[in-house]
Amino acid sequence: MTAGVDHPARTTPYARAVFAQARMEARLLVRSAESLVVTLGIPLGVLVFFSSVDVLPTGEQRPVDFLVPGVLAISVAATGLVAVAIQTAFERKYGVLKRLGGTPLPRWGFLAAKGLAVAAILTVQSALIVGIAALVLDWRPAGGALVLPLGVGLGAVTFTAIGLLLAGSLRAEGTLAVSNALFLVLLLVSGVAFDAGALPPAVAVVGQALPVGALGEVLRVGASGQGVALAAVGVLAGWGLVAIAIAARTFRWEP
Amino acid sequence: MTISPATAFERPAIEVVGLAKRYGGTVAVDGLDLAVHRGETLALLGPNGAGKTTTVECCEGYRIPDAGTVRVLGLDPRRDAAALRPRVGLMLQEGGVYPVARPAEVVQLFASFYADPLDPDALLERVGLDDARRTRFRDLSGGQKQRLSLALALVGRPEVVFLDEPTAGLDPAARHRTWEHLRELRTDGVTVVLTTHLLDEAEELADRVAIIDHGRLIALGTPDELTHGDRDELTFTARPGLDTADLGRAVDVEVIEMRAGRYVVHAPNDPGLVARLATWLERHDVRLGELQAGKRSLEQVFLGLTDEDPPADAQGPRPPAQVPPARSAGSPSDASPRQRSDSPEVGA
Repeated sequence: MTAGVDHPARTTPYARAVFAQARMEARLLVRSAESLVVTLGIPLGVLVFFSSVDVLPTGEQRPVDFLVPGVLAISVAATGLVAVAIQTAFERKYGVLKRLGGTPLPRWGFLAAKGLAVAAILTVQSALIVGIAALVLDWRPAGGALVLPLGVGLGAVTFTAIGLLLAGSLRAEGTLAVSNALFLVLLLVSGVAFDAGALPPAVAVVGQALPVGALGEVLRVGASGQGVALAAVGVLAGWGLVAIAIAARTFRWEP
Repeated sequence: MTISPATAFERPAIEVVGLAKRYGGTVAVDGLDLAVHRGETLALLGPNGAGKTTTVECCEGYRIPDAGTVRVLGLDPRRDAAALRPRVGLMLQEGGVYPVARPAEVVQLFASFYADPLDPDALLERVGLDDARRTRFRDLSGGQKQRLSLALALVGRPEVVFLDEPTAGLDPAARHRTWEHLRELRTDGVTVVLTTHLLDEAEELADRVAIIDHGRLIALGTPDELTHGDRDELTFTARPGLDTADLGRAVDVEVIEMRAGRYVVHAPNDPGLVARLATWLERHDVRLGELQAGKRSLEQVFLGLTDEDPPADAQGPRPPAQVPPARSAGSPSDASPRQRSDSPEVGA
């Protein structure tokens, strides 16, 4: 039938392999109901509910102007930190990472595929959030055509790195708990769902130094047409670099 | 072992020289030498914890040996992974498949990793997963999961296949089906290394059997070589607890109860011996179970060599099934077991 004994020339089709792996990753992210609740349900729910019901302190802006950048930041964190972390953690637990390590798909190819899958999911998420905000909630940003996509991209790298850091070092169940808890805490202290002015000042400062707060700041400043919030970009990139450095050392591929 | 350029093309598919691996204080592999020839099916047989999986995982590139060298198709499994992986198929003990993925999409995914893969649909049909192609992995039966793992090992048309307990947890029918696939691989000239603790599996499939215990190679040979010991003996089963001393006097040779109800007579198999044995059994009204002369079963070899199931009767002057390790048919020099510490000596 099948032997490969007379096939001496074997060049791994890297591009085909990476795209196939990315498609698989994206399909699995979408297939998991829990993951969909976190990546789409929570951000869109926050957006629609709090734009329509004026209960949250959103500063002096219209709720929707305040909320859209924050919700974008939440959705990036939800995908990178929660969905990717949990999926990868269970891939490791079930030996999927180990088994893939025995195929011609190299590790960089696997990580590239994760990145592509995250990019695809985030594109859909962001399009839905911006689309609903613009069409249903009458959101008219003053700027950010460049800053918003770039900010989302930088945030995606940072949060995916944090997610992989958790998935590669903790047990799967630990990753599940820690990533959800982190997500909730970041959401509350970062001034993305409601104005940080409502928080105790010390908490607000900490929130701005954390990656969700920093991403929210980058996106909010961008959407209001005030250019690039450099300090926040630095905070966000710093978290990303630290997470990548630690993950590169601690990531375990085997169960 | 030195390889001259002239014979390099005949170099074994897999060469393991002085392999040693420990985990913390536990020695998993302790100076193992093994050569697997191209197109050969080799069974690594041994009790749980003997070092089978560690050996295979060193060959697959998952483990870094503490000492010794491993070459697969002449390549270092870790350093040359990019060149080697396209030519090797493997099956881990644990499935290694996304629980919510479906067989069709997983085989399709793995096919896309290889330059010239098998047709995924035809492969699924061949391993009997046609009806389950849309079933999530976690909902497959144990046998279906194993067959999917086998399909993933084969989809890239490998030259070498490592199968770690490919039939673990399968019912007899599914096991025989897997055996059929493995026989096809042998027909196709694929080099196969499989680990098993099933003696009949090794006997059924393997060109050669390597028996491993405590991380050492303790016997290596074809099933025939291993089961034809160099000593004459006759084994029989009967009710346990026979008076072996009296029986020994009656047949004029020593008789040992190897395990409860299984007896070994160390003597050349001649008609007179059988007649004296039969007479004694008749006189003591003992019903004979099995009677086997000459060839021992692989199970006897295995139990004699490993200390998993020590002989019930310790009165004999020597262990009943202690055979000198058989020599490999192809390369006598690599066949003898070595008792050595994990010296960093490297060959090849």
